[in-house]
Amino acid sequence: MAAQTEEVIRQTVIRVLGEIAPEADLATLKLDVSLRDQLDLDSMDFLNFVIALHQSLGVDIPEGDYPKLATLNGCLAYLSSHSHPEV
Amino acid sequence: MADFLMPTLGADMTTGTLITWRKKVGDQVTKGEILAEIDTEKAAIEIESFHTGVIEQLLTKPGDTVAVGTVMAIIREEGTRSGQVEAEVEAQVKGERKEQPAAPPPPQPRPPAEGERVRISPAAKKLAAELGVDLSTVHGTGPDGAISLEDIERSTQTMGYRRETSGTEARPPIAQSPSPIASAADAAADKQARMRQTIAAAMTRSKREIPHYYLSTTIDMGTAMAWLTEDNLRRPVTDRLLVGVLLLKAVALALREVPELNAVWKGSDVIQSPDIHVGVAISLRGGGLVAPALHQTDRQPLGKLMKNFQDLVKRARAGALRGSELSDPTITVTSLGEQGVETVFGVIYPPQVALVGLGKLVERPWVVNGQVVARPLITASLSADHRVTDGHRGGLFLAALDRLLQEPGKL
Repeated sequence: MAAQTEEVIRQTVIRVLGEIAPEADLATLKLDVSLRDQLDLDSMDFLNFVIALHQSLGVDIPEGDYPKLATLNGCLAYLSSHSHPEV
Repeated sequence: MADFLMPTLGADMTTGTLITWRKKVGDQVTKGEILAEIDTEKAAIEIESFHTGVIEQLLTKPGDTVAVGTVMAIIREEGTRSGQVEAEVEAQVKGERKEQPAAPPPPQPRPPAEGERVRISPAAKKLAAELGVDLSTVHGTGPDGAISLEDIERSTQTMGYRRETSGTEARPPIAQSPSPIASAADAAADKQARMRQTIAAAMTRSKREIPHYYLSTTIDMGTAMAWLTEDNLRRPVTDRLLVGVLLLKAVALALREVPELNAVWKGSDVIQSPDIHVGVAISLRGGGLVAPALHQTDRQPLGKLMKNFQDLVKRARAGALRGSELSDPTITVTSLGEQGVETVFGVIYPPQVALVGLGKLVERPWVVNGQVVARPLITASLSADHRVTDGHRGGLFLAALDRLLQEPGKL
């Protein structure tokens, strides 16, 4: 169950990033490097990222927690501990 | 009866290509409704109708490239009978077509005979050298076929050019005649190259014609950031504001106090705009930028301005901007802080007469009430046209911007 949940979160994060940066090769995304740096995201992109995660996973992400979502690993860890997707 | 023309969507746009009509003959169209999609050097743009009525004739076919100002359609406005104006329409269409061919014929360069001297103004010669333009390919339109500055500019827009020499800003080569089997990647690269060329022409014109002056000031954003954090706590995630929206609104309100900066330069006159349409520089994924207008920036509450800003960025990056958004900006704001830039020394986008640059929001020591404290600071800069304003007025604008940002609740 837990593994499946993590997989849903991972797929959701990758899908949302793909919508924001359609030209990016997400298969080569490094786990511990800043998403902003890897994908050239600006504040508007990051806000859209947070909104899409909220709409897809039902997670409310306060602005103060944005730094915890800086990397892909950070996103997966944060969302795993805050979301309860239907799986 | 009203004409629907190929609009000018930028200082250096000379032609546009019709992608598709959104209406057919006999359809009703209302003012502001999207009537056509056109392709420009920068992007595919949706063009709104400036009239309400019924489509009487569609004169341009999808795929046709026509000059700016060409009549593309005739709209029979409400209250006008079709039969009554038919002959008049026909006459006008014929007349317009005669005066405005579907596309400007490509220049027919006549290489100078051996030993013949090329007639060219010194300024045009200098620009041609800078841009690497081969003068034998340029058709001179001045007296006795002399090549003018405009001829050089036109040649870079309509024929493409190769910049063989190295420089501070290398430009990609432009394909003279794209292969019919060019891949999508080639088409994208060509589009990118044409956008680069358009930006180059506008910026070259700006630096050549506009006597810029530059001012900057450091603004304490502590109050604004604290207000924003509190305000966003009360908003659902979908309605949160970015600090950029506060800055845009403050710029727009400061322009009310120094309206000379909210203007365009036409010929030898400056025309102040009664409306404040801030053009927002948006970098496109894959390179290049556009600066479409956030209409009536000063009149929108922050929440609505944020929604419109989000929508504008999304459509700019998806290639779905509207014609009025490209033709209406009365000033441009460019924010480069997210790239780590502290101070922007911007180049004015003609025919505008000012550009506001915003740098990085950075926490630094600052003196407040005699105490050194850490505050979030931002450097705001103004590039302005010295033909239109002086440093004194520019300074007042920056002071107003600072003052407005100290009272974010009133924005």
